[in-house]
Amino acid sequence: MTIDFYTVFWREMLVLKRTFFKFFTSRLVSPLLYLVAFGWGLGRSIQMKSGTYLEFVVPGIIALSAMNTSFNGVGTPLNMSRLYHKTLEEYLIAPISAFSFTLGKVLAGSVRGIIASLIILVLGFLFGARAVPDLWFFLVVLLTCFLFASLGVVAAMTINSHEDMANFTSFIILPMSFLCGTFFSLEKMPKVIACLIEILPLTHASYSLRTLATGGELPWISMAVLAGYAAVFFTAGVLIVRKVR
Amino acid sequence: MTGKSLRVSWAGTATLIPILMHTRIPIPMRIAIITVIPICTPTVKEGEESRIMIELQQLAKNYGNIQAVAGLDLQITRGEIFGLLGPNGAGKTTTVRMLTMLTLPSAGRALINGYEITRDLSKVKKEIGVVPQHMNLDQELTAWENLELHGRLHKIPRAKRHRRIEELLEYVELTGRAKDLVSKFSGGMKRRLMIARALMHYPSVLFLDEPTVGLDPQTRRRIWDLIRKMNGEEMTVLLTTHYIEEAEMLCHRVGIMDRGRLIALGTPKELKQKVGEVVVEILNHGNTGYNFFKNREEAVQFAGKLEGSVAIRESNLEDVFVELTGRKVGD
Repeated sequence: MTIDFYTVFWREMLVLKRTFFKFFTSRLVSPLLYLVAFGWGLGRSIQMKSGTYLEFVVPGIIALSAMNTSFNGVGTPLNMSRLYHKTLEEYLIAPISAFSFTLGKVLAGSVRGIIASLIILVLGFLFGARAVPDLWFFLVVLLTCFLFASLGVVAAMTINSHEDMANFTSFIILPMSFLCGTFFSLEKMPKVIACLIEILPLTHASYSLRTLATGGELPWISMAVLAGYAAVFFTAGVLIVRKVR
Repeated sequence: MTGKSLRVSWAGTATLIPILMHTRIPIPMRIAIITVIPICTPTVKEGEESRIMIELQQLAKNYGNIQAVAGLDLQITRGEIFGLLGPNGAGKTTTVRMLTMLTLPSAGRALINGYEITRDLSKVKKEIGVVPQHMNLDQELTAWENLELHGRLHKIPRAKRHRRIEELLEYVELTGRAKDLVSKFSGGMKRRLMIARALMHYPSVLFLDEPTVGLDPQTRRRIWDLIRKMNGEEMTVLLTTHYIEEAEMLCHRVGIMDRGRLIALGTPKELKQKVGEVVVEILNHGNTGYNFFKNREEAVQFAGKLEGSVAIRESNLEDVFVELTGRKVGD
């Protein structure tokens, strides 16, 4: 079993290595745009209680990018492999468990997400955000990646067209990018809407990262929520892969 | 049974030598006895040769109200090349998908080398090699990496795996292209690589779904040769096709499917005898009529009474196919 998940993971890393330059540069574009627009452009006219707006927004962009990259890093290729390339069959007829398959895919998606997060961390630093990431910070990044990579498996295995896969991104992923405390604090939102937003996993990812980057107390409630979401999505992924026949 | 071979029993010879040493038979005679006896003693184990590798018992699949496969019963023995023939939508691919565990049957059961397909999943997976109809190689990987991935998924130890990859690339004549991305391959090369991949883990049963669809004639023949070569190594092969000549050239036995049912089963010769071995084709204002006869004499006698364009020829599987499926459809 240990080897099985590694085989699935190994294949993904092989492809990642082969296409690394493309992956790396494409992951540079959107954070750079965010940093220019929100850090320099918008950010300079925003007054924060403490620190600069750039320092506020960088952890949010990390959470956002971790989500997008892990979700798309698993979701899109897996959906394609199931519906179009049919390469999923190769795994289905192989003597490996649904658990190993899902774990391999999710870890590979997480690696992509972590690389994307590191890119922003470095860029943010260059732009002047003096965040001090500790081990907990990286744990939350990993948890966020694992969570959304698992969601990617669930979406890819249940959605039956590429078009609906794009719709899933428009209706679920994109709203989360903007709402979940990525670019602004939830304190100023109307109470009801803030409550709704607090149910969403990305809110807890950006909240945790922001707290940890500014050296605040361990946001263990948010981290528990993230872990809970990760466990639920991963289990759902395994069950769906098992039932795919 | 086809594929029966005489295997020499050298164990018998070993026991003979000491006995012959103590007799008074002249030495040239002794040598002759030692060489001739084992050759004349076939040691084919009856149970081994006629072992049933694929068994279907009332296997069925429904998609909603549509009956894709309607209760198939079939037995395929070791070393056989069996062809499932039928028009598009007859249920061939669904049958193969059930046997390769990509689709769950709605009813009935199937055994591969004695293992139940829905229960002994991991055992069945080791027994079967699958070459699907569509190209499903990993296009982002090289030929070598595709085989490596398959070998790793089947947990073949590293050294053995790498030896097997070399061996199979040689076998399907792709050694020189091992390091090339599959996306650069031609259709025939992809098909050959798919066959190599299916063979990686030494399966005992090979499923080929439309193995030569969309290939040029030369490539097609190469694939046929490959299938025969594999079968020569005691592999049991189940292939589906709607190319008549493919079934006729390759298969020991053929099953003709139509609308989810097996409507004929036998060797190509038996099936041809069933409809009649000789055909009289009557050309009548652009429509061709077919009349089947047991032998040439009857056909000639019949044709003699006709006026206009008439052709007499031997029947082929296509006649069987059209005769059996055409009439059922009722057009």
